[in-house]
Amino acid sequence: MTDDRRPSDLEDLDAKLRAAQGRHGGEPDRAGFASDKSGLSIAFRIGVELVAALAIGVAIGWLLDRWLGSSPWLLIVFFVLGAAAGIMNVIRVAKGYGGSVGYRKTGPGAAGEDRKD
Amino acid sequence: MAAGHSPLEQFEIHRLIPIEVGGVDISFNNSALFMVATLAIGSAFLVFGMRRQAVVPGRVQSLAEMTYEFIAGLIRDTIGSEGRRYFPFIFTLFVFILLGNMLGLLPYGFTFTSHIIVTFALAFVVFIGVTILGLVRHGLHFFSFFVPPGVPIAMWPLLIPIEIISYLSRPISLSVRLFANMLAGHTLLKVIGGFVAALGIFGIAPLALLVALTGLELVIAFLQAYVFAILTCLYINDAIHLH
Repeated sequence: MTDDRRPSDLEDLDAKLRAAQGRHGGEPDRAGFASDKSGLSIAFRIGVELVAALAIGVAIGWLLDRWLGSSPWLLIVFFVLGAAAGIMNVIRVAKGYGGSVGYRKTGPGAAGEDRKD
Repeated sequence: MAAGHSPLEQFEIHRLIPIEVGGVDISFNNSALFMVATLAIGSAFLVFGMRRQAVVPGRVQSLAEMTYEFIAGLIRDTIGSEGRRYFPFIFTLFVFILLGNMLGLLPYGFTFTSHIIVTFALAFVVFIGVTILGLVRHGLHFFSFFVPPGVPIAMWPLLIPIEIISYLSRPISLSVRLFANMLAGHTLLKVIGGFVAALGIFGIAPLALLVALTGLELVIAFLQAYVFAILTCLYINDAIHLH
């Protein structure tokens, strides 16, 4: 009786192991990130990206103005630049470039540079 | 709900051992205590888990190995084989943030990741490290990072400042994301917890919600540590490969 059961148990375990490995292997970039990209989370990310770039732009403009005494012109210029950077961040997040604020994988001019997707 | 038990009370900093060096307050506070606890638990978990390197791992050992393989897989997927040398840094970062988030969920716990200065310091270290890495590996060529490919030279004066601002905003968005998630989540738990006590017998309804939310908080605690780690990987990847 035990001889009958053993192979099927092992096969069972093997199948379970394979299923678990499949799940584990696929998890890092798919399951984990998919849940990060769900609804509220992605909306929150986009909000943060937008505001962060704007805040940096305003901070640079304000500090340069204080340093050069050119108030308020540089503040206005860098406010607009910061807003543009924020929009660019949002576009990059929304396009899903690896979820980074950073650089696009292959730009139109750098198509020859092959990188892992 | 007793007076003085505000939902935000959990985020207050208390001095435990007042220390002052040259007029600078470097007291050992509860935030520092929980960082030390995080380090101790993280180290104990790995050292104790891997003490007996059994072929068939026990529970602690398999957990330690799973954590290792999770981060190793993350690095392999985002940076590739070149990223292996950054494994210790990313692994430490991940475990530190994960345990910090988790410890804050314990009763009387303190979440040091719910303070913007802590998360900002972490993000700033990543930012400076990645920038230095890019400069060391590519020299002055690193600055071509700020020039979008395939853009006419006439547009450069406009686009380069935008790219630089976008680059500088990285540590802010990285730190704000972790900090805000932790702050909002833990405050929400405390607010709902207040309802449980205030409603008496009907408090069973918010209690049920609280159980569900605690589960959600555990997921968020993990997810935020994971997002921090994966973004660090992507930044390192950017610095190594440029574009």
